[in-house]
Amino acid sequence: MKIAIPVDDKSLNSAVSQSFGRAPYFFFYDTETEESDFLDNGAVASQGGAGIKAAQAIVDNGAKALLAPRCGGNAEEVLRRSEVVIYQSLPGTIKENLDAFAAQRLVLLSDFHPGLHGHEK
Amino acid sequence: MRNKSPKIAVLSGKGGTGKTLVSVNLASVAGESLYIDCDVEEPNGHLFFKPERVCEEGITVKVPEVNEDLCGGCRKCADFCKFHAIAFIKDKPYVFEELCHSCGGCALICPDQAIDERERVVGRVQRGISGGVRVSTGVLNTGEASGIPIIKRLLEPHGLQEGLPVFIDCPPGSACAVMESLQGADFCLLVGEPTLFGVHNLRMVHDLVRLFGKPEGVVLNKCLAEENPAELFCLEKNIPILGRIQFDNELGKLNSDGRIAARERPRFRKLFASLLEEVMKEVGHETAAHTQR
Repeated sequence: MKIAIPVDDKSLNSAVSQSFGRAPYFFFYDTETEESDFLDNGAVASQGGAGIKAAQAIVDNGAKALLAPRCGGNAEEVLRRSEVVIYQSLPGTIKENLDAFAAQRLVLLSDFHPGLHGHEK
Repeated sequence: MRNKSPKIAVLSGKGGTGKTLVSVNLASVAGESLYIDCDVEEPNGHLFFKPERVCEEGITVKVPEVNEDLCGGCRKCADFCKFHAIAFIKDKPYVFEELCHSCGGCALICPDQAIDERERVVGRVQRGISGGVRVSTGVLNTGEASGIPIIKRLLEPHGLQEGLPVFIDCPPGSACAVMESLQGADFCLLVGEPTLFGVHNLRMVHDLVRLFGKPEGVVLNKCLAEENPAELFCLEKNIPILGRIQFDNELGKLNSDGRIAARERPRFRKLFASLLEEVMKEVGHETAAHTQR
């Protein structure tokens, strides 16, 4: 299964990004092949709808799980309808979160904030 | 030649500086006039005017509707939409109506003619009357992203009465809704308050007004005895100061009770009448200057 994580840097020691839609990069990891990849987030400078565009990138890259600290309602809708499961990430690095995911220590994210519409209030 | 129905946009970089106080009172002392509340996210001018004989009109925008039977799943619509209002889920477009800017591009680009447009209500315009003032209020429905369609409707030329001055109570800030509100104005009246934070926002709206090439003037609100950063800013930028409103408990009380100071107390009537006179002088001057150019 392919996992996606919004991250601040292109390194396995990078922290998970506090924002999903406006994270600089996405990290993808395939639990079967153990292949990983970083992707620039094209939504980072979007005026609006960043969450939707970011969620679309997750879906288009075939991820079936997203590990993120928070997620907007619109992004959640795209992900849910595309059958991507959202887990709440832990404070820490990519590596720590992958380990936590493998050990089934992550819980599903259940609280989704409203769309920010480009206004980072 | 004097412009008989000048459109005066009342602006400020931030909320709470006194846009509504100034525009409501100016319209009240102008006698026959139009007051247009373009602050559609939180219109409050009507709380002062308490207009009568109010007519209401729903405002709609066009949003795409996908006919899934016709859709071949080419994804062109989703890729085209610059506002990310269309996601592509399980080989079909999925529309986020509240992000749509009604450009109609998705329907045009669809090779299968699978996208129709339908009307969606986003808010309303209320028109009523209060003394000699025709009061128009735009109301954006809660949760909607953009009040632009409502502001457009409020400021449509045929909705304005020939021969009457127009006071446009603009939204706070300097973003799209403000630009939409001021772009047809003949004059911009900026309301400044004596704080550094206020000056920061005043500067932003001043830059915006300059960008639009509009003539401007400032009214300094909540003036105290001490040094006024907003005044210093005007002097530095050479922006005419058209009036000063002292920090005044009675004015504050009347205003917070939803009463129009100029209708309640002669001294406030005088204050706003003289501000109006200064504004009209500037407008007349600017109109003449434009004619000469």
